[in-house]
Amino acid sequence: MNPSWWDWDHAFAVFPLLLEGFKITLLATVLGTLIAVVLGLVVAIIRRIAPGIIRTPVTWVVEFIRMTPLVVQLVFANLVLSPYIDSTLAIGIWVLGIHYTTYMAEVYRAGIDSVAKGQWEAATALSLPQSRTWRAVVIPQAIRNTLPALGNYAISMFKETPFFVVIYIPEMVRVAQTYGGDTFRYTESITLAGLIFLAASYPTSLLIRRLEKKLA
Amino acid sequence: MPENTAHPESPHIEFRDVVKRFGDNTVLNDLNFTVSKGERVTLIGPSGSGKTTILRLVMTLEELTGGYIHVGGEPLQYDEKGGKRLRVDDKQRRRTTTQIGMVFQHFNLFPNMSVLENIIEAPVHVMGLSKAEAVTKAEGLLEKVGMGEKRDFNPSQLSGGQQQRVAIARALAMDPEILLLDEVTSALDPELVGEVLGVLKDIAAETDISMLIVTHEMQFAKEVSDRVMMFDQGSIVEEGKPDLIFSEPENQRTRDFLRAVL
Amino acid sequence: MDGVIGFFEQLGPNLQILGERMPLIVEGIWVTAQATALGGLLALAISIVFGVAQVAKYSVVRIIARIFVEFFRGTSLVVQLFWLAFVLPQLPYPFGWQLAPLAIGVLALGLNYGAYGAEVVRGSIGSVPKGQYEAISALSLSPVRGMFRIIIPQAWALMIPSLSNLWIQLLKGSAIVSTVLLYDLYFRIEQVRDQTGTWFAFLFALLAYYLIAWVIVILMNALEVRAKHKIGRGPALSKSWGTLFRSPGSVITEGSLFRAPISGGGKA
Repeated sequence: MNPSWWDWDHAFAVFPLLLEGFKITLLATVLGTLIAVVLGLVVAIIRRIAPGIIRTPVTWVVEFIRMTPLVVQLVFANLVLSPYIDSTLAIGIWVLGIHYTTYMAEVYRAGIDSVAKGQWEAATALSLPQSRTWRAVVIPQAIRNTLPALGNYAISMFKETPFFVVIYIPEMVRVAQTYGGDTFRYTESITLAGLIFLAASYPTSLLIRRLEKKLA
Repeated sequence: MPENTAHPESPHIEFRDVVKRFGDNTVLNDLNFTVSKGERVTLIGPSGSGKTTILRLVMTLEELTGGYIHVGGEPLQYDEKGGKRLRVDDKQRRRTTTQIGMVFQHFNLFPNMSVLENIIEAPVHVMGLSKAEAVTKAEGLLEKVGMGEKRDFNPSQLSGGQQQRVAIARALAMDPEILLLDEVTSALDPELVGEVLGVLKDIAAETDISMLIVTHEMQFAKEVSDRVMMFDQGSIVEEGKPDLIFSEPENQRTRDFLRAVL
Repeated sequence: MDGVIGFFEQLGPNLQILGERMPLIVEGIWVTAQATALGGLLALAISIVFGVAQVAKYSVVRIIARIFVEFFRGTSLVVQLFWLAFVLPQLPYPFGWQLAPLAIGVLALGLNYGAYGAEVVRGSIGSVPKGQYEAISALSLSPVRGMFRIIIPQAWALMIPSLSNLWIQLLKGSAIVSTVLLYDLYFRIEQVRDQTGTWFAFLFALLAYYLIAWVIVILMNALEVRAKHKIGRGPALSKSWGTLFRSPGSVITEGSLFRAPISGGGKA
């Protein structure tokens, strides 16, 4: 291969560094997803059962977060919180998780809506208490309906972790960028970072598509 | 009108050794029958007996699993040449199906077009009529189905019965030689069934279009059909003139079926 | 949090600073608007071309479209942006293009979100009721004419909510373009921050993005009402101004919750 296109020395040099960065990428995705999955359910239930005085502001805040850029939120939170929290990574993960909470909440809401009205009525007819109806009847069905969408948002978070570059967290793309800046040679590092993303996200999205078909 | 001169003496529709399977499920098993030119044949039988599949095969909405169907003497989906079963290419298929019109259970009008646009779409873009010719023709047909005043309406503004009458006009606008009626009143509220059947009876009386009909309206079947075929589990149980089938069915399954629906 | 208290204490002077800096901020808003509008248009074109190509008759076309879509969905926006900004100029002849920052932003945003949009287009084409395809076939209409005259106009009404959400995501994604030296709204706010303090600057930035997002929402709601009215579902725009301000809410861009609201032939 023409060495001016592609330099294997650079490729081999940067690859282990990228994998180090990839660990952070994965960690952020997993923890961010966990936050979003849990908080999203909480938000969805609040928006369903809380009185208007709580529900309305929650709805506003959720919508505001969902309709404004993650990048700006990351920088904002980092500037405000860095005096109190040492780990920029922790700040990044929380912001990512909360940003996606607003999406997950909508997914849960759609999932809850998709539970047939007859199920609620049957639970009422059996005089099940409300907490039991939620726990035993509604949430299990809602979650089943929402699994593929949750999976897709997890992949989406994975691909948005590079937004962390704006607060200099050394995830994979930041590592690639730094390597390029240090060596004045970007081709291998950035290209490899992209390919690693592709290699990780494509099989996962295939898996989710299969899950979708199975649950459909 | 597309020409249909190939074999004037041969049956208009011919099913020969027709097999249709969906996966492991055999819907039609070795089916043979013919429909003559101008004949009206009604298919009756319990649901799942394969009646609708027969219509969909003629319209090439389903692919034959085995056997042959001929329309006007021409092979429709597959042809036998030198002992081999060859697929008829799409162009040839479309040429044959241009002579065939179909009315669906759920009307399937195009919601993004007005009533008039629905009707002139195929005459202009398939038969090559000028727009003015197509409009004149469409207006005549709309008069005939009693929808003359609704030509600029959107399908969603019409009742089910009205939509179905438009769908009938749309099918007739192609000057079909064969008309397939697939449970055309099953999706209608009971009070709207009459207007649609009335239109169809008029068409049956005024034209010599061959018809293949699937319906649960036994009175209608009795009035328009030349022949009734009773289906069960993918094969013909009994067939004959409607008077005979409805009054003195020979087969026990026909008797059971008629007792259940009448 | 003294930041919050400072926010209120300094509100007056900060507004004054903001006023003085307004020309630069407006410039930033203009850049963000350009990136969002041009990127959105490119994304729409890519969505339609590659969405339709994925249901094409010829498997070669389908496979090429599929590879394109998976590639640009799978490699992350930031990587694509950096690739265009840093790698492309380093490639040897005949590449080695140093694109203008705006071109880089528009290309990356358009390619990335266009690949997502292609999935939306493909999904909504698949959601048009089967009876419509059968009617096309029964009338012997050619498949190409059926696709463009009958299927796509109906699919269009189905896909607008998802495309609307993707466009908002594109707007949000555009805030990353300052990393390739495109001086957008976010960049200008960063510049003001030293003088006004973090809280004031960033709340202003978020609010500005929020308002731009609402412009997209209203525009797309109007398109949706119009498209639905055209296929006979819902009132004319002139009779339903209220729906323009409906929150984009819960359209799931990907995944199984994307189901057709239209069923069968339906009764009137």
